[in-house]
Amino acid sequence: MISVKKLVKRFGLKTVLRSLDFEVQEGEFVALLGPNGAGKTTFLRILASLSRPTFGDVRVAGYRLPNQAAAVRRNLGVVSHLPLLYGDLTAEENLRFYGRMYAVPELNHRIDDILALVGLSSRRRDLVRTFSRGMQQRLAIGRAILHDPDVLLFDEPHTGLDQDACDMLDNLLREVAGQGRTVVMTSHDLARVEDLASRFDVLSHGVVTASAGRNDLGGHNLLDFYRQALAG
Amino acid sequence: MTHLQTTELRPSASIHPSSSSFLKAIGAIVWKDLVAELRSRELLSAMLVFALLVILIFNFALELDPSTRKVATPGILWATFAFAGTLGLNRSMAVEKDRGCLDGLLLAPVDRSAIYFGKTISNLAFMLIVEVVVLPVYSVLYNTNLFNPGLIIVILLGSVGYVAVGTLLSSMAVQTRTRDVMLPILLFPVVIPILIAAVKASSGFLQGVALEEVMPYINLLIVYDVIFTAVAYMVFDYVVEE
Amino acid sequence: MKPQPLTLKVLNVVSVLLFLGALGMVFLYAPLEATMNYVQKIFYFHIANAWIGMLGFIAAAVAGILYLVKHDQKWDIIELAAVEISLVFFLIAILAGSIWARPTWGAYWTWEPRLTTAAILEMVYVAYLLLRQGIDDPDRRARFSAVYTLVGAISVPITFMSIRLFRTIHPVVIGSNPAATTGSFDMTAKMLVTMFFALFSFSIIFIDLFWHRIRLGQLAQNVEQLKLEELQ
Repeated sequence: MISVKKLVKRFGLKTVLRSLDFEVQEGEFVALLGPNGAGKTTFLRILASLSRPTFGDVRVAGYRLPNQAAAVRRNLGVVSHLPLLYGDLTAEENLRFYGRMYAVPELNHRIDDILALVGLSSRRRDLVRTFSRGMQQRLAIGRAILHDPDVLLFDEPHTGLDQDACDMLDNLLREVAGQGRTVVMTSHDLARVEDLASRFDVLSHGVVTASAGRNDLGGHNLLDFYRQALAG
Repeated sequence: MTHLQTTELRPSASIHPSSSSFLKAIGAIVWKDLVAELRSRELLSAMLVFALLVILIFNFALELDPSTRKVATPGILWATFAFAGTLGLNRSMAVEKDRGCLDGLLLAPVDRSAIYFGKTISNLAFMLIVEVVVLPVYSVLYNTNLFNPGLIIVILLGSVGYVAVGTLLSSMAVQTRTRDVMLPILLFPVVIPILIAAVKASSGFLQGVALEEVMPYINLLIVYDVIFTAVAYMVFDYVVEE
Repeated sequence: MKPQPLTLKVLNVVSVLLFLGALGMVFLYAPLEATMNYVQKIFYFHIANAWIGMLGFIAAAVAGILYLVKHDQKWDIIELAAVEISLVFFLIAILAGSIWARPTWGAYWTWEPRLTTAAILEMVYVAYLLLRQGIDDPDRRARFSAVYTLVGAISVPITFMSIRLFRTIHPVVIGSNPAATTGSFDMTAKMLVTMFFALFSFSIIFIDLFWHRIRLGQLAQNVEQLKLEELQ
């Protein structure tokens, strides 16, 4: 689903990603961990086709970036820590807008389904401006899956949410990922991620220093694994 | 890392979306901007109040007697539109930038120029709305009849050119540190041909001058509009893609 | 630090010599003009400076397009050098023109096409420099600068033509001379020679300065690189 070989990203003279290799199979849920400044957001933006690789081979959903970016975007859903929603539009209008941009068929139906899935049907005519952060994130996820993409990218989606909101978000994430989609999620919250992901990769100093499937962790704590990966 | 198979490349799907999805995307963006604005009216009220204040300031700054007023009207009008216009352009782009919505637009599987045309059309709509309100108000305040079909055409052509360049430059300005301040600095030197042609043409129409004398300025406006819409369309990708 | 190549050192000397030569020709060789006397002599420098300004303007526009097409940072350095040089030399040309204008037309400034367009061009340049100042990311800075250079390069000639729809009082030097323009004069052979020599000398000076400025840009880039390497 996602294949990254020798990815290098430079901003001017600063190298953020150095010869990064990364592979994700269909249906995997990969948690991308790493300290601030490791390059997680940069990496995710490249996968999301929002940023061009300086060198390297990046393929998502069978299409190559950046040349076939438009085709990639059709199969991509992105949730970042910014809501990407318009505050002056209602929940329904936001979904309608994105639905049109993605040329989603049977849009009305789809909007109803999505609103029900994220638990916001009762608030469909309310302005997003009035939503709490948790509700906005849920609607953001709804927006991300509106066009039924194969690949989902989440950039620290739990940022700014309280416990209840996080729990609700996690349930939603499980449900959405469980539909056979491929997910890559960056996070600082190791406890939450431990329950959600099937694989854990650690990004440090611009490369992936460690990767382990859920079963490979064995007796080790995720925290120990993480610390080890950073130290090594 | 565990041994993984390489993904197979799918046959190269068309990366040129059909023209209908292109037009649909433009329509969606315009619809979104209009709905959001009609609801909050922040942008329009700011532009309108500002425009009226500028006219007020000109009233005291220039102290015109009725005959000079007639000559100065086109200049005052266009100065007002130019200043109020930057407010609108700034706000329109800031909305996208602040909530990360620009990324949302860039993630859509449509040509970047759809974003450019969508935003330009909404910006044009806002500017025209302000102009439609300012004209009658000015007419009343200064006892000048501004309901002149030639004038309307000039305002339309001038606004199109202004917004064509303005949308491109505001997309750049909103991504700099200095933000709001940057747009007028970038925009005004480049938009001077419009101001010259629009003021001269407006003045020509208001004073009932022969059409042949006004035509060169109208032509200039049209040429400017065409050239800069084309240039902005070609260059917009470089301004939004990283 | 790369030392100046031999060609550049030779060019430095040649530039100085040519400049002195031009000065000599202007004051010793060229005849005194009938009506304006010594004031007219500033004309040679005014023209030469404006000429360099034009060269810089064209160089900047070309460099801008090349950057957008090739994405090579060196075109950005060239573009900035061209803009800076053009800015300074047009400024000198405007000032020289003003000094000439006072005794001839009675005012330091008139709003005639060439002069006004030059002033507007200066403002475009200043806007360009301010734009560069407001962006930290080198790639974005280069992209935006190139775009703005293109917009400016197209709009300034259009501006000139729009102002020219008004009447002009700027003397037409080479070619027909409508009797109405005050301050115009016909040039004798010696004056023409002096003028062309001045143009030639200043062209060489332009190349010399351009080269130096590009070197400066490259050195600045090297410094940035070294700084980054130190931090990492």
